[in-house]
Amino acid sequence: MAKKGDVVINIEKCKGCEVCLAACPHEVLALSNEVNSKGYHYTVKVNSGCTGCANCAVVCPDAVITVYREK
Amino acid sequence: MAENLIKPENLVYEKTKVLTDRVMHYCPGCGHGTAHRMLAEAIDELGLQGETIGVAPVGCSVLAYYYFDVDMTEAAHGRAPAVATGIKRVFPEKTVFTYQGDGDLAAIGTAETIHACNRGENILIVFINNGIYGMTGGQMAPTTLPGMKSSTSPRGRDVATMGNPLKITELIAQLPGTYFVTRQSVHTPGNARKTKRALKKALEYQKLNKGTCFVEIVANCPSGWKMTPVQSNKWMEENMFPFYPLGDIKVPE
Repeated sequence: MAKKGDVVINIEKCKGCEVCLAACPHEVLALSNEVNSKGYHYTVKVNSGCTGCANCAVVCPDAVITVYREK
Repeated sequence: MAENLIKPENLVYEKTKVLTDRVMHYCPGCGHGTAHRMLAEAIDELGLQGETIGVAPVGCSVLAYYYFDVDMTEAAHGRAPAVATGIKRVFPEKTVFTYQGDGDLAAIGTAETIHACNRGENILIVFINNGIYGMTGGQMAPTTLPGMKSSTSPRGRDVATMGNPLKITELIAQLPGTYFVTRQSVHTPGNARKTKRALKKALEYQKLNKGTCFVEIVANCPSGWKMTPVQSNKWMEENMFPFYPLGDIKVPE
């Protein structure tokens, strides 16, 4: 059983580039319907499949993702 | 599954403190942001934040000094290796890097780049190659691929009239002053992690006074290439990598 993880996304800094969506191996992330104050659709977590692999955070050009993983 | 994992002891990844909290001005999906972070993480992991001096270029990354929380200075267009030479000679105990794009390093600053590398200055040169002049509106650069469209080569780069692309990294690797020359990318998690390892290696070699270390990062330019970020990364894999193959070009024996 894979470890469980979680992500915290700084939605105000997100530019909605979708690079993290392509990097996530478990399709945990998607773009929101809402926009942030700059008008970008930001990344949100849409299911509980996160394993805390941090792939999304490593490729995020704007460093908006913080990753947690159970010990 | 109601357990809350968001606790300090579960933290596995957060933005490094070597990057400031400022929102970067780069376009969505631009490789500059990831390249900045990999360099910042390499500096952080080696504990060099307090003794690093960076030199920002002219180009999209002209404002790099806002994003790195280390001492930074700005150089005239293309002259970052010359400025870094001066800084390193005055402060030989400091870690000195330049961060330059292809228009800065391979066009305007070709002379400074080649001579700094040939003299074997103990600096790290980080070279971001996206094959285009991003900041000024996507004009053709020396690194633009044959047949690649840009705003000044709208029908594609015609080698017969516009000349050949410059593989400056291979050229630099021939010089006796360079110690470690490599080409990486940051578009996938694996590639980004490899880039960080290469940057860490280069910073460690600088501590040993081994000569110039040169790390090229092939990057995307979604706005200049007129693609979405994900499309541009795919285009880069299919078109840029055959011409600019990833991997180490010169490694210490």
